[in-house]
Amino acid sequence: MLAFILRRIAQSVVVMLVVALISFTLFRFVGDPVASIVGQETSVADREALRERLGLNDPVLVQFAGYVSRALQGDFGISYRLQQPVGELILSRLPATLELALISGFFAFVFGVAFGVYTALNRRGWLSNTIMTVSLIGVSLPTFLIGVLLIWVFAVELQWLPSFGRGEVVDLGWWRTGLLTPSGRASLILPAITLGLYQMTLIMRLVRAEMLEVLRADYIKFARARGLSNRVVHFGHALKNTLVPVITITGLQLGSIIAFSIITETVFQWPGVGALFIQSVQFVDVPVMAAYLMLIALVFVIINLIVDLLYFAVDPRLRVERTPARA
Amino acid sequence: MNRLARLWDSDIAWSFRHSPVAIVAAVVAVGMIFAAIFAPWIAPSDPFHPASLNLMDGFTPPGTPNAFTGNTFLLGTDDQGRDILSTILYGARISLFVGFASVIFAMVLGISLGLLAAWKGGWVGTLVMRIADVQLSFPSILIALLIFGVARGFIPPGQREQAAIWVLILSIGLSEWVQYARVVRGATMVEMGREYVQAAKVIGVHPVRIVLQHILPNVMGPVLVIATIGLALAIIAEATLSFLGVGVPPTQPSLGTLIRIGQQFLFSGEWWILFFPAMALLALALSVNLLGDWLRDVLNPRLR
Repeated sequence: MLAFILRRIAQSVVVMLVVALISFTLFRFVGDPVASIVGQETSVADREALRERLGLNDPVLVQFAGYVSRALQGDFGISYRLQQPVGELILSRLPATLELALISGFFAFVFGVAFGVYTALNRRGWLSNTIMTVSLIGVSLPTFLIGVLLIWVFAVELQWLPSFGRGEVVDLGWWRTGLLTPSGRASLILPAITLGLYQMTLIMRLVRAEMLEVLRADYIKFARARGLSNRVVHFGHALKNTLVPVITITGLQLGSIIAFSIITETVFQWPGVGALFIQSVQFVDVPVMAAYLMLIALVFVIINLIVDLLYFAVDPRLRVERTPARA
Repeated sequence: MNRLARLWDSDIAWSFRHSPVAIVAAVVAVGMIFAAIFAPWIAPSDPFHPASLNLMDGFTPPGTPNAFTGNTFLLGTDDQGRDILSTILYGARISLFVGFASVIFAMVLGISLGLLAAWKGGWVGTLVMRIADVQLSFPSILIALLIFGVARGFIPPGQREQAAIWVLILSIGLSEWVQYARVVRGATMVEMGREYVQAAKVIGVHPVRIVLQHILPNVMGPVLVIATIGLALAIIAEATLSFLGVGVPPTQPSLGTLIRIGQQFLFSGEWWILFFPAMALLALALSVNLLGDWLRDVLNPRLR
């Protein structure tokens, strides 16, 4: 198992280096870094001096090494548009995005598993049919449309919930949270539903399909023959065995949630990293784009690693060393 | 005539006739595609021709006459007096154009790389599939956004508006090719072991010809399914990018741009500017999606 973990970590480092290379290429070759710093009246000699000072005349490999070592220290350069260090910009907006993503991921998982189990156990009920039909619409609706329609119904027509922003936030020093104030919690509801709905339908359909598969297995029949109660059979035996693929998908979807938060944050004007990224794409603010790319890649790599490790916790079969017969 | 009769009797046609969902979806999809193609003839007015606009017509609710001009519009008008029905027809045209173009681009790229990876194998195949694996672990909308941003960096600011639609096709196409490459590679590997390919090799048919003329037609079934679902995905991706304000310029609005515009008027009560384009997008994406699902079930005998 240790060898497996070490191999996975080595692979992750390689992936991160490749992403860093792409990010560096963006940073260095899209647009002219000097032109974006100096004014129009700067002389050619001054430009050349700046070029030298920024290390733009060094060999590309040296520049790349410098870029990676600066990135490791959280220095991603200065935003062209906002004229602030990119690392600080992203850090100040990260709590908003993480709060939104984690909460919608949590609810997507809880409701997805609950609805999935319910529809699998009551296949013919009217409630199951309703849930399945609604989930089909949930899969087909684009995320931004869900957000806009929710704003229309709950913010404009019913006026129950706010339609934009984070509400009142509390500064904990290193983390600005909206979870401690009523207006912050109210502001979170619509974006969290928008972000989590697609993932919820995905998890629900997966749990349902897996449950239907498992419920046909022999050991379930045997468990029933032993006279175990429905509750034990359904949750102790069936649900437990559906969880491996569900954890994989949920983990991988957490990455998608962070990516889709770009859309949700734009719809609800949520002051997170995704909204920052969209603005940087609109204004071709390359340092922010390059840093965001690294951040997202890091998130994906870490999530993949955690999902792999969770397998060991959930599936005892994997803990056994591979025997030649199975390989 | 004979051919038509055979088509009518075929497996696919039988399954189509017995699937009400597929029929409804096909009617909606084909109807919208036709309406989009013939928009200049069908639409009540040309919404992007300055001469046909009257600012006095602005904010007319659907189906009721305007208070000043007395003109009636079936789906109402927006702030500049443009007829919503016409903007939807013209917008669907752009959405569908970007959708089809990026699907064709992704398909050609994916099929070529998939065939190459399967036929050549070795480090070429490994490289292609590695890139595919890495790309597949990121959501395609994120990839499209990144490519869009990078491509814009290379285009001089003056030409960005004009080039936007092509950059959009490029970025959506590049974000969707992986599916085709993986499926084509898998199917080609299977076909390459078959007798007819070996026979063709033995009698000395040129490898390029074997791949294109003998193998390719046999792997097109699953590609067609992916392309149909891919069209729905591409339309949604285009709408999303345009909604985020990084898609087509406002002078050539697609359905996504129209929804973006409509959102601004939601709070002042002009719901129709948002609602009808949103429903058009939903109908288009849903019908194409359902057609794709149906096609997948028909062409995949294992699922029956």
